[in-house]
Amino acid sequence: MADALALAWRQYRLERRMFWRNPTAAFFNFLLPLLFLFLFGAVFAGSQANLNVVVPGIAGLSVVSTTFSALAMNMVFLREQGVLKRLRGTPMPTGAYLGGLLSSAVTNAAVQLVIVVVAGRAFFGIGWPEDVAELAVFGAAGVVCFASLGIALAHAIPNFDSAPAYVNAIFLPLIFISGVFYDADDAPAFLRDIAQALPLTHLVDGLSGALVTGVSLTDNLSHLAVVGLWAAAGVVLAVRGFSWEARRA
Amino acid sequence: MSGAPAILVRDLRKSYGEVEAVRGIDFEVDSGQVFGLLGPNGAGKTTTVEILEGYRRRSGGIVSVLGHDPDGRPRALRERVGIVLQSAAIYRHVTVREALGHWAAMYPHPRDVEATIALAGLGDAAGVRAQRLSGGQQRRLDLALALVGDPELIFLDEPTTGFDPAARRAAWDAVRALAELGKTVLLTTHYLDEAQALCDRVAIVKDGRILVEGRPAELGVGASGRSRITWRDASGELQTRVTGAPTALLHQLTSAALARGEELRELSVSRPSLEEVYLELTSELGAAGPGGAGADDQMREEVTGG
Repeated sequence: MADALALAWRQYRLERRMFWRNPTAAFFNFLLPLLFLFLFGAVFAGSQANLNVVVPGIAGLSVVSTTFSALAMNMVFLREQGVLKRLRGTPMPTGAYLGGLLSSAVTNAAVQLVIVVVAGRAFFGIGWPEDVAELAVFGAAGVVCFASLGIALAHAIPNFDSAPAYVNAIFLPLIFISGVFYDADDAPAFLRDIAQALPLTHLVDGLSGALVTGVSLTDNLSHLAVVGLWAAAGVVLAVRGFSWEARRA
Repeated sequence: MSGAPAILVRDLRKSYGEVEAVRGIDFEVDSGQVFGLLGPNGAGKTTTVEILEGYRRRSGGIVSVLGHDPDGRPRALRERVGIVLQSAAIYRHVTVREALGHWAAMYPHPRDVEATIALAGLGDAAGVRAQRLSGGQQRRLDLALALVGDPELIFLDEPTTGFDPAARRAAWDAVRALAELGKTVLLTTHYLDEAQALCDRVAIVKDGRILVEGRPAELGVGASGRSRITWRDASGELQTRVTGAPTALLHQLTSAALARGEELRELSVSRPSLEEVYLELTSELGAAGPGGAGADDQMREEVTGG
């Protein structure tokens, strides 16, 4: 067990090093959400009501891009290039490997959340979080939910070339209908209904309670439940469809 | 070396749905031996090796690798085995030295990383990221990653497919170096000369079965001196001769044709393909070959006479 933890830690450190050496990953997973934050912050400067929507929205977006998008792309690459198969032939325990890999994605999500919170305080007229515990709970639920859905999506993606198309076909509509950039209540009813069934709206609502409105965790339990249901479905799908090898031609 | 074989395979079977990829294979590999599975694409070589590596579950039969059943991938076994897959990439953004350091940490008694880099001939590329390695360097990194855990048994699945001649020679030298270190090696190949050059024993596999197994010289794998000469004669019929002395036969044919004032149309000299050797072997072993043509008989003599 100690040995498995040591290997997980080694894997984590290697993942961190690789992440920063990969400019595409660093841009899409790290800089893009921050770019959105500052662009929308600039557009909505002077309208605190809008800023109050955009800051928790970008916090939710950060969770999705660092976990869902990043893991879906990464798992497809590792599977199709044979890295997973190669690792499968070594003594590396599966848990240690996946632990290191997932921890790296969680680190990115956590760092992004911290940056959004600090930027919200420094530039966008939003104070320190109203409820740090609520932020932690929704952050953790969001990470589990979108990380597992990202891995589950990777199973459905046939090859690496098509991975960005699959990921963005979900990611872009998701962020536009889930109230990341505007108040979801302003959207037409049919979009609102779709968004209500999806986890990001509820994650953003929870983060909004923690960061801005002060709506407490106990009053946001229904939102947490939706994220939790998606997380449960995501974990089942991620584990069930998992493949260490590229599909046979 | 202990008496027990490093690998023991008895009546191994594997089906993918309706398709039987492996139909009852038996062989043993002794400790310290270089054993080759030789056969065309789709013969069942890779399926067999991947069952031994623990990647696939067999449909039937008995398999023992270093005393373990590879099904279930016991870690104690993975610590003693090195695997070079047919094609598997490595992280793009780590250097050769970082990759080997990371791999070494997974094993209880790894080889020294720098020594492994030198052994694989990657001394100049130790600080280079994997994505900038040449194709040949990447294959050497594959080998280095398989060796860094200091395994007793190494699987090499088609280690030289797609290599240019120089790279093949280098890969052969690497396999010979493993043999000198006393490692057991199981390799697959579809090159006759490769099996002959490297293997202590060879099993020829076709359609999921072993046709014949033994020392390369015994199998007629060395019958590479044979040539096939074909031409179309005056009546328009395609003629074929297989011979160990193509110079003399060509001389006979051409002088006879010249004397008659004929042209040997579509004249060609070629080496028998691996497939033809298989056909010989199947007809030999199955005793149900078409026979007939003198060329076939001659070829068979040479194959079995080696």
